Amino acid sequence: MNMRRLWVILVVFAVLAPLGLWVPARLGAGDAWGEWSPDDLGEQVGFVPRGLARIADLWKAPAPDYAPPGWEGKSLAQQSAAYIVSALLGLCITAALIYALGRWLARRGNAHAP
Amino acid sequence: MHIPEGYLSPQTWGASYAVMVPIWIIAGRKLRTSLDAKRVPLLAIGAAFSFVIMMFNIPIPGGSTGHATGAALIAILLGPWAAVLAISVVLVVQALLFGDGGITAIGANCFNMAVVMPFVSYGVYRLVAGRSGATSRRRILAAGIAAYVGLNAAAITTAVMFGIQPLIAHGPDGRPLYAPFPLKLAVPVMAAEHLLLFGFVEAVVTAVALSYLARTEPELMLAPKPAAQGASG
Repeated sequence: MNMRRLWVILVVFAVLAPLGLWVPARLGAGDAWGEWSPDDLGEQVGFVPRGLARIADLWKAPAPDYAPPGWEGKSLAQQSAAYIVSALLGLCITAALIYALGRWLARRGNAHAP
Repeated sequence: MHIPEGYLSPQTWGASYAVMVPIWIIAGRKLRTSLDAKRVPLLAIGAAFSFVIMMFNIPIPGGSTGHATGAALIAILLGPWAAVLAISVVLVVQALLFGDGGITAIGANCFNMAVVMPFVSYGVYRLVAGRSGATSRRRILAAGIAAYVGLNAAAITTAVMFGIQPLIAHGPDGRPLYAPFPLKLAVPVMAAEHLLLFGFVEAVVTAVALSYLARTEPELMLAPKPAAQGASG
C-alpha cells in the first residue's frame, strides 16, 4: 500500500481547504444550521437563550474557527493562511492520536500480528 | 452538524455522554480483537481524511453551509467500530483545538457522526453491495448510497437533539434556555438541506475516494471484513 501517495493527497487537500471559506463567502452562505454564535442566534430569534449564554464560553479553544484567537476581522487571505496551517496541524494531530490508539489496541489484542 | 456549546440542555448532553462511554469501550474491545496492526496506518489516514474533508464547507447560496464527513468511507474500508473511534478522535480534536462543536456536546456529536452515521452507512453498504465482486461497480454505487443515507440519518438525529431542547428546558418566562427551535422546524430544515445537497456531496466524496482506492490499492478492497474475522484470531 502506497501510504506516501495518500499522505500527499491529504496535504494537497489541506492546501485547497480555503475553498471551504471562499466559496461560501462568495455565495453569501453563513454558518451551518444550528451552529450560530450566541450573538447571531440572538439576532435571529430576538433573545439569547439564558442557559446557552451561560455556558457558551465554557471552553476557550486555542484556534477558534481554525484561526488564532481574535482573527475574525482579518482579510480572507490571512484567514486562508491560518486555515491551511490549521488543516495541516489537524491532519498531523488526528493521525498521530489514532495511530497511537490503534497501535495500542492492536498490540494488546493481536496474537497474530506480524 | 457540530452542535456548539450551550445548544443542548445538561439532560441531553449528559445522557449523550452516558450512552457514548460504553460505546467507546465496546469499540476498543472490538478493535483489540479485530484490528490488524498493518491496517493502523490506514486508520490514521482515514481519520486525517475525515478531519480535512470536514473543512470544505459547501454553501447553500444565501443560506447555511454543510460538509462531508468521511464516516461512511472509514466504515466501509475498516468497519463501523473502527469508524466510531476514528471519527470520535476527529470530533474531540475539532472541539478542543478549534472550537468546532462544544465540549459539553462531544458525546452528542459523537453519537450522531461517529455512531449513527458509520453504522447506518455500513448496513446500507452491506445490503446494497450484496455478494458483488470486491472491486465491482456495484460496490462503488453501494458506497455512494450508503454515504447518502448515513449522513441523512445523522442529520435527523442531530435535528431531533436540537428540536427537543425547547420541550426539555425553559425559563419562568416560557423562553427556551438552550437551542430555541422546535422539532417541527429543526427536523424539516436539516432534513431538507441534507437530502437535497449535503447527502449528495457525501455520496460523491465516498464513491470517488473508494473507486480511487479500488483502482490504486485493490488489496484494500480484498482484505477480509472485520466482521468476518472474529474466528481467525
